[in-house]
Amino acid sequence: MDVLINILAMTVPFSVALLLASIGEMFNQRAGVFNLGCEGIMAIGAFVGMLIPFLVGRGGAVPLYYNFVGIILAALLGALLGLFFGLVCVTFRAPQGIAGIGLQMFGVGTAGTLFRHFVGGTQSIPGLPTMPIPALSKIPVLGEIFFSHNIMVYLAFIFVPISCYILFRTPWGLKVRAVGTYPRAADTMGINVNRTRYEALMVGGALAGIAGAYLSICQAKMFSDELIAGRGFIAVALVYFGHWHPVKIMLGALLFSLAQTIQYNVQGLGLSLPYEFFVMLPYLVVIIVLSLTSKNQTMSPASLGKPFNREIRA
Amino acid sequence: MEDKIRLLSMEHITKRFPGVLASDDISIKVKEGEILALVGENGAGKTTLMNILMGIYQQDEGVIKINDKEVRFHGPEDAFKAGIGMVHQQYMLVPNMNVTENVALGYKKAWKPFKLDIDSVRKRVVEVSEHYGLYVNPDAYIWQLSVGEQQRVELVKTLCLGAKFLILDEPTSALTPQETDELILLLKKMKDELSIIFISHKLNEVKALSDNFTILRHGKVVFEGKTSDYAPSEIAAKMTGHEVKLPENKEKDMNGEVVLSLKDVCVKSDRGFLALDHFNLDVRAGEIVGLAGVSGNGQRELAEAINGLRSVECGTITFLGEDLANKSPYYVIDHGMGYIPEERNIEGIVPPFAIRENFILKDSDKSKFSQFKFLKKKVINENAETLRKDFDIRCPDTATSAGSLSGGNIQKVILAREITRAPKFLIAVYPTRGLDLGAIEFIHEQLLKKRREGIGILLISEELDEIINLSDRVAVIYKGSIQKVLKHNEATRSSLGILMAGVKE
Repeated sequence: MDVLINILAMTVPFSVALLLASIGEMFNQRAGVFNLGCEGIMAIGAFVGMLIPFLVGRGGAVPLYYNFVGIILAALLGALLGLFFGLVCVTFRAPQGIAGIGLQMFGVGTAGTLFRHFVGGTQSIPGLPTMPIPALSKIPVLGEIFFSHNIMVYLAFIFVPISCYILFRTPWGLKVRAVGTYPRAADTMGINVNRTRYEALMVGGALAGIAGAYLSICQAKMFSDELIAGRGFIAVALVYFGHWHPVKIMLGALLFSLAQTIQYNVQGLGLSLPYEFFVMLPYLVVIIVLSLTSKNQTMSPASLGKPFNREIRA
Repeated sequence: MEDKIRLLSMEHITKRFPGVLASDDISIKVKEGEILALVGENGAGKTTLMNILMGIYQQDEGVIKINDKEVRFHGPEDAFKAGIGMVHQQYMLVPNMNVTENVALGYKKAWKPFKLDIDSVRKRVVEVSEHYGLYVNPDAYIWQLSVGEQQRVELVKTLCLGAKFLILDEPTSALTPQETDELILLLKKMKDELSIIFISHKLNEVKALSDNFTILRHGKVVFEGKTSDYAPSEIAAKMTGHEVKLPENKEKDMNGEVVLSLKDVCVKSDRGFLALDHFNLDVRAGEIVGLAGVSGNGQRELAEAINGLRSVECGTITFLGEDLANKSPYYVIDHGMGYIPEERNIEGIVPPFAIRENFILKDSDKSKFSQFKFLKKKVINENAETLRKDFDIRCPDTATSAGSLSGGNIQKVILAREITRAPKFLIAVYPTRGLDLGAIEFIHEQLLKKRREGIGILLISEELDEIINLSDRVAVIYKGSIQKVLKHNEATRSSLGILMAGVKE
């Protein structure tokens, strides 16, 4: 029983980076742009996020707000990279898949290089403390699983209904959905297609940046080249898995994290199987689930990946 | 802003696209409560002119005036504000959003900073749809609606945005005959409150609806007049530049043998129900059998089943002594079946391929066009040049991508390919849908020519005039089976209309 609670209590904070990155990617894709560069933005976010508290404290204690300065800086850089991706794919209409892979390599490479220059080797930072919610965290079982984490975990999950609201109840969400599905229709209704796509890319980039900073500041409390470990790509897959809906994406992020925490725990049991087998498991779960759920795509943004040009008929 | 549009005029509008003069010094005028028909063949520049009026394109020269005051529209939003709205030929509705959300896209009054006031949009939709008698369900998703319903949504959407001046770009091109009649009645009623510009090349509709008409050809105004002063045939002649008389099948019966015979054929639709329910039909050599019916009664599934594109649940499709049921498309093509499919851009051509490549899609592996697995470029080019001349395909050259051609020319490419392959039979599905008179005339002549050569033709269409003019016999399809087969002389608009509606004597 304790093991089970332990696994579930780890699953929730582990899912946060995936959750934020994939909701960001969802905004991109809802607007019709497919950003494979998510991984790269996360890497930059992770590096910048940890750099601030590291430079201030040099491994020692740091006033708490420097962590948030790091997270905000990561968000701004993420938005900037989203803007850059927009320039390449929206304005210059470059193929999005290729540009995304380029952004991924740029981000991961740049973060690693700057890390070696400014930090050097593995250095840990204190990170954010856990902040159990009074009363709620005292509930047996549930309290430990849901209400005994750092503040970013709570904020990330509160952001799920907020992103639903943004997508389905605000004019901006309406614009995003329209330009991703039928940009020509949006254009005839007086909506600036490219501008909306830029905005969505900046929001998506900012969220990917925060997701990266979460990994370095709140989860690993350090930075390394392998910190992101494909989470950016998993986030892209989760968007498909979740049919472009925040709540389903959240379930996907939780499922993947569950598989990952189980994997850590099973490794510890000392079974005679090679450990690579367990490391593989969560990814296998993603592939299997994706192939089982990809059938129904009626709600998919139909113009995903297609640049818009008013004067050329598709 | 809320001023009435007493007079709207476009003066000396010129618009150039790379290599094309789409609008050449065009002037038009529309008064309050007037319906102007903008008539012309495909590519005459009607849609371009209207896109300029909506601010989607910017004119190179000329001015737009409302009540004699010059206006400049930088985008559709400016046009909405002035009270002008357009229903595009290809509906501008986002399929995975509902009716209310689609209206909300342009209804900026409901755009609060952090909230979309969807209730007020919904109220407006209901209000407008009741006021004009345009029934729509505000909560239905667009992908659930039929083409006719989508058109109503487009009208409601445009009216909700405050349009007092409507532009309708070929509003009937995708509608069934019944839906077309309903629309015309409705527009006549709305005329009291609105001015309308109505783009069409269907002259009976122009006649039924408009007060005045303007004819465009190659981007120029060639004629203007009062609709009641001219007969449809006169308008047609002015539109095409020559007398148009659609050919009729007046030749005598060839008494050929049965070449295609369908017996008790059952086929399922995409949604899984029986689209063809024990369907029986025979077609003989040298005859045209017209299959009339409201679209969606199994026509698409029939054509696909014969051509090996859809599995047959039961029954036989005998073609020259062989059963084609559940054979591969390659097998069917190889046995001499010619096919003009319904979706010319999706099934008929590969749009980004050159015209000359589209000509050999079905024969790229034949020794005529290839040797040792290599294409014979020279033969292919010569073949393309010949077909281009014979079928009067208007294109810069045969290396042009087929997808960039107009609908009529794409259809000619398909027709040229299918006919010159020397088929033993031809299935033509809605072969003239959305085409202008000149192109229709050409295609009808080609079909009749093939008939004279002794080829059997199954003509699937919902244009009753087309069916009546061309067919030796007319079969009416209703809910997946043959309602009745009529002889040429028994088939009239009214007799077919009743049968198509499912009434059996």
